[in-house]
Amino acid sequence: MSNTPVDNSRRRFLTVATSVVGGVGVVGAAVPFIASWNPSERAKAAGADVEVDISKLEPGQMMRVEWRSKPVWIVRRTKAILDALAGHEDQLRDPNSEEDQQPAFAKNRYRALKEEYLVLVGVCTHLGCSPQHMKNGQFEEFVEGVPDGFFCPCHGSKFDMAGRVFQSVPAPLNLVVPPYYYIDDNRILIGQEGEVA
Amino acid sequence: MWKNLLDWIEYRIPMMRVANMHAIQYPAPRNMNFWYVFGFLATIVLVNQIVTGIWLTMNFVPSAEGAFASVEYIMRDVEYGWLLRYMHSTGASAFFIVVYMHMFRGMIYGSYQKPRELLWLFGMFIYLALMAEAFMGYVLPWGQMSYWGAQVIVSLFSAIPVIGPGLVEWIQGDFVISGATLNRFFALHVIALPLVIVILVFLHIVALHEVGSNNPDGIEVKRPKGSLKEEEKTKFAMHEYYTNRYDIIDDVVPFFPHIVLKDLVAFTVFLALFSYVMFFNPEMWGKFLEHPNFEIANPLKTPAHIFPVWYFTPFYAILKAVPNKLFGVIAMFAAIAALALLPWLDRGKVRSWRYRSGLHKWNLIIFAIVFIFLGYLGGTPQANWKILASQILTVMYFGFFGLLWLYSKNESTRPLPTRITK
Repeated sequence: MSNTPVDNSRRRFLTVATSVVGGVGVVGAAVPFIASWNPSERAKAAGADVEVDISKLEPGQMMRVEWRSKPVWIVRRTKAILDALAGHEDQLRDPNSEEDQQPAFAKNRYRALKEEYLVLVGVCTHLGCSPQHMKNGQFEEFVEGVPDGFFCPCHGSKFDMAGRVFQSVPAPLNLVVPPYYYIDDNRILIGQEGEVA
Repeated sequence: MWKNLLDWIEYRIPMMRVANMHAIQYPAPRNMNFWYVFGFLATIVLVNQIVTGIWLTMNFVPSAEGAFASVEYIMRDVEYGWLLRYMHSTGASAFFIVVYMHMFRGMIYGSYQKPRELLWLFGMFIYLALMAEAFMGYVLPWGQMSYWGAQVIVSLFSAIPVIGPGLVEWIQGDFVISGATLNRFFALHVIALPLVIVILVFLHIVALHEVGSNNPDGIEVKRPKGSLKEEEKTKFAMHEYYTNRYDIIDDVVPFFPHIVLKDLVAFTVFLALFSYVMFFNPEMWGKFLEHPNFEIANPLKTPAHIFPVWYFTPFYAILKAVPNKLFGVIAMFAAIAALALLPWLDRGKVRSWRYRSGLHKWNLIIFAIVFIFLGYLGGTPQANWKILASQILTVMYFGFFGLLWLYSKNESTRPLPTRITK
């Protein structure tokens, strides 16, 4: 042991310096462990954006596509359906889409980029079932005076033709509108919002 | 506030008492040198293996159909999956490097001698469990070497008379190495053996702290109560568990910070070497990850050369050196058992090779060379001269223990110092 007097400030500096460097190392070493829980490349590929051709969709018709293993509905709404949306807003929980269930562009009565086409994630916001499309008056059975809508067979939640939830049903929120944009008049890309959102 | 919280806890569980007794005020001989860092490093590697292993199980599929593809998936698609797997595979080899150094340290300084026999035995059990753990882990990627390595190792048990063939079927869970074997090896590798190893490490440390650490001079730093004058006793505060029973000579330092900081320096060097292998040479020219293992297991096609991973090759060479199947297997297990019996084979009273005969020093050095050379012979393709060489070296391997037993009874040793030397 040497008899040199202890230089405490030097000792403190070295302790702090090594602790900081060690701390940085610990944080760095934690990165792979935390990052490896992210969706893998395979999962990302499976969850990639989906391009949909809507040119063959007739008015009133609905098509289903898969996006991130979930059903996505695309409905071409007729003028009559669009006009009916304003009629039952007093029976809805969230008619103006105040809850964050859609991209900003869909925060309107029609919850869509173009009024004519409704794009929705077809998963009930209650417990994850996929509601059924009731059209041409079938929906009247569930909500009087509303001919079209979505009805969840699992627990009876009801949604109108903009995916807005009715009051007094188990589902708390409107159906989710996924991010999407029109590549051109006939094609939609589901998965991201376009530059002109 | 902080003090109150600590007191509240201490009143209910002896947190600080245990920390003081085993990690802070533990008397460590001040002459512990380079050879004394490997126990610490082995602990670090154990933690690395457990943590990275848990993460690997999150994406690994333990089935004959899915294992190989899931390892590829981990390497290519999972974020940082390649790093986690290389940490684990490099860690496996690093584990054996530090454990072999740790064991050789025990041999040169006589750390297995009375009263540390049980400590040594616990260490040997850890080594055995580690070999089983490493072997089963190597089967999991389900490559060609996984499959055929498992085939060879499991077949060893068929050498046992009468029950052998039935035992092999029982181990495999099938008539061949199959998905059933893979699945049970997975269970043993990720749950059973790690638990056993952790418990054994705990016992190893408890036993170590009961008898105290040996040192390069091989003399006791804990003396009988009342045998030392006040000025000869250590000036450091040591835990009363030790001071109540012994007089501790002024040749010790507290484990924290002195030994811990020394170990941390070793850790940084180790980390640099480890990182080099992990990032730049994780296959280590086919020694850490053998090339045939990059091909999926094929029960119809044996690779041209089958070797176990490097850490098993010395024993594999002994196995191959004996022309009879049963005696080859016996020789291989005897090679490990002989190490476990060291405390009783060595009849000497002087521990460290510093004060033992020249014969003993040379015996140890030649043993180390023989062990490495056997490893070379067991890990390279067959050749005629290698059979004879491995037979000679097998005799020399066992010769070390025989000679030790013979000369240690009346060995000419140098007088031991009363105090630890510089």
